Amino acid sequence: MPKITFTLNGQKEALNTRLDLRLLDLLRTHYHLTGSKEGCGEGECGACSVFINGKLINSCLVPLGSINGADIMTIEGYKHTERFKVLQKAFIKEGGSQCGICTPGMMMASEYLLAHNPNPTEHDIRHGLSGNLCRCTGYNMIIKAIKRAAKEGKGLW
Amino acid sequence: MKKDITTTIDNVEAKEKIEGSAKYTSDIHIEGAYYAKPIRSSLAKGLIKSIKIPSLPKDYFVVDESDIPGENVVAMIDDDWPVFAANRVEYIGQPIMLIVGPDKAKVYSLCQNVKITYAEETPTLDFGQPEKTLKFHKGDIKKAFKEADEIIEYDYETNYQEQAYIEPQGFIGYPENNGVHLIGSIQCPYYVKNAVKRTMAFDDDQVRIKQAFVGGAFGGKEEFPSLMACQLAVAIDKIQQPIKMIYEREEDMVVTTKRHPAKIKMQAAVNRDHKVTAIKSEVALDGGAHIGLSEVVLSRSMLAVSNAYTIDNLDVKGHVYKTNTVPNGAFRGFGAPQMIFAIEMFIHHIAKKRGLDPYQFRMKHLVKQGDKTATSGIYRDPIIMRDMIKKATEMSDYHEKVKRYNQKGSFKGIGMSWFLHGCGFTGSGEKDIIKAKVRLKKDSDDQVYILVAAVDMGQGAKTTLRKVVAQVLDIDIEHVIFDNPDTLYVPDSGPTVASRTMMIVGGLLARAAQKLKNQWLKSQEQTVEEIYEQPSYVKWDQKTMHGDAYPAYSWGVNVVEVEIDKVTYEVNVKHMWSVYDLGKAIDENIVLGQADGGQAQGIGYGMLEVMQHKDGRIQQRNMTDYIIPTAADMAKTKNIIMDNPYPLGPYGAKGVGELTLVGGAPAVALAIEMAINRPLRKIPVTPEVIMEAITDA
Repeated sequence: MPKITFTLNGQKEALNTRLDLRLLDLLRTHYHLTGSKEGCGEGECGACSVFINGKLINSCLVPLGSINGADIMTIEGYKHTERFKVLQKAFIKEGGSQCGICTPGMMMASEYLLAHNPNPTEHDIRHGLSGNLCRCTGYNMIIKAIKRAAKEGKGLW
Repeated sequence: MKKDITTTIDNVEAKEKIEGSAKYTSDIHIEGAYYAKPIRSSLAKGLIKSIKIPSLPKDYFVVDESDIPGENVVAMIDDDWPVFAANRVEYIGQPIMLIVGPDKAKVYSLCQNVKITYAEETPTLDFGQPEKTLKFHKGDIKKAFKEADEIIEYDYETNYQEQAYIEPQGFIGYPENNGVHLIGSIQCPYYVKNAVKRTMAFDDDQVRIKQAFVGGAFGGKEEFPSLMACQLAVAIDKIQQPIKMIYEREEDMVVTTKRHPAKIKMQAAVNRDHKVTAIKSEVALDGGAHIGLSEVVLSRSMLAVSNAYTIDNLDVKGHVYKTNTVPNGAFRGFGAPQMIFAIEMFIHHIAKKRGLDPYQFRMKHLVKQGDKTATSGIYRDPIIMRDMIKKATEMSDYHEKVKRYNQKGSFKGIGMSWFLHGCGFTGSGEKDIIKAKVRLKKDSDDQVYILVAAVDMGQGAKTTLRKVVAQVLDIDIEHVIFDNPDTLYVPDSGPTVASRTMMIVGGLLARAAQKLKNQWLKSQEQTVEEIYEQPSYVKWDQKTMHGDAYPAYSWGVNVVEVEIDKVTYEVNVKHMWSVYDLGKAIDENIVLGQADGGQAQGIGYGMLEVMQHKDGRIQQRNMTDYIIPTAADMAKTKNIIMDNPYPLGPYGAKGVGELTLVGGAPAVALAIEMAINRPLRKIPVTPEVIMEAITDA
């Protein structure tokens, strides 16, 4: 089997693997990184969002053949950052997580949004999150959480 | 002084959910677990003639009805769901057998090579003979119709709605104690346990059911998981290995229960004073291929017939039809959303037909304390709807906007719905069927354990129930522990459904906590229990559907403002306002979260979420085809909670969860109706429906 190397949450990894497997399965079954969730398996719901070379990507759509040399970060890596802590606190205070299945993906999307737009308007947030489905919250408390994080984490993004 | 219970605290599950460490069913890893995948019918109706299974490698198995030690039935209200189809299939997607083995990819490829031949029969896709019929009446319907100044009738129609929880259904399980231990994404641990016992002919101690974190449910994980659990139990018992069965989205969307499509006929007698003196209503629900819970769904639908209005004379009939389509079942609101859509539209349409102002017309019929309910029970508790409506109209500037938008070509509209929701099981269900039992256990470190079967599926039950117990005991919430229910330890406090968790289970826990407080012995182990008792004044006759259908009602007002694109007819929701009376909020943020989320589902039901079948085959197979609201589709909300404590609820609390959904569809449909100045009689009101309404007129 071919060999691929990549960085996962800051650690160098090398694997002999089939190249047509999905990144999401590799994360969940090989590394037991189960913070990335499978909601739809077709790139619609965003629950499996990860960063690949700094880009927000649905890991269910990524074949392993495309990650050779890539830098991958999942929620398990992101959660050790200062930015995560600010976002987490804001989500808790504003009630941005109900059942929680979409939440790790929402955190990744929120980070991506704030990294590119540290002072987003309500419209920016709604469109920034429109690739992540949530069936519980109706989104308003998530939007409030991002606004709060932007304020309380000023200078971090 | 103690803090007001409503004051928000941090959701106790939020931290681990946010950082991704909360374990949902598919996140649970058991070394060496096998995978199971169902083989399903590709035909809507027919006899199975032959099944050709490819040769199975070592450690791969077929599990079918011949392996069932007990009854081939999933125990529900109506026992008409087989665990596996025996010799005939009744809908596309009906499970026939499982293929089980160690490698998931191999299991999937074996599944693709199973060949089934059928003797095809003509499927029933339309309503023929009803399978179930219910009826009730109030007053003297004949007299009212005879004396009517005008009789007005319209028909209303609603389609499927899919729960679309983001976590698909799943279980993992293994052999234990000569039986099975199953862990799953479930709302009702004891429904699953009782179903598995019957299918497996197991004793009580041979079945253990545990809840994993649940990634959304909304009724979709009420009865359906029992089917999966029974299948998995048969497989585990046969193979004696841990086995995992997780649906993929497409499978979940096509084969799991949905909200019943409904056809509702409404007929009203109106007198010279413009008063609706009587309503005749006939509801038809598509039950799908198995009846399951449909009769109870039907009854909730019928009980909502007069909604927040008092109508003195009623004649209400309902039918469930069997069709060769995927079985329908529980979904937040449980039959009420269909009827509340119909009656809210109907009352407007009557007003319009009579040339009256709909708002004044509705006001004239609004329920007051002491009025008789649809089933001739009594609204005993104070009703604060007038204040709630006032609040809602003021904050939304409703009356002013009605004037402005009610002009031809405005393409702007504002809609308002009024509604109620009965809390807890219908009729004598809590007393006769559920008989909820709760337990509190204190250890020698004075930690108090909540032992109930209630599930936190995102609605915050972990936080709110702990809060109630901590507040009654006057101890820190950190000393109140509430683990995910495990039937090995928790008594049957009933299913997590029917907006009953806080009012019924929370009410019992508050009483148990008070009992524990009264007999508190420091550093000693103590256990207290409470069992549900019906308030003695609640009288219900199930046969005639007469009396108090519910011990209490929650109330709500939704206002939705829309603007419609003149070219594409796309509906843009501009703002949503709501006011609720749910007795007393146990946690403000949690209730506001329910309000936002319920409303999003209600509005989705009203204008966005299209699901249809074609010749019995569900056409929307994934989240790309079945559209649920995104952040960009929803708008800002303003939700107000008005206190109106219910004497028997914990701290005055009534039900919340379903209430927040049931008014969304009529509110948005009425807003669209105003914007396009055309009557609407079916949902969802998609741009295609709007175009038809405009061009047909």
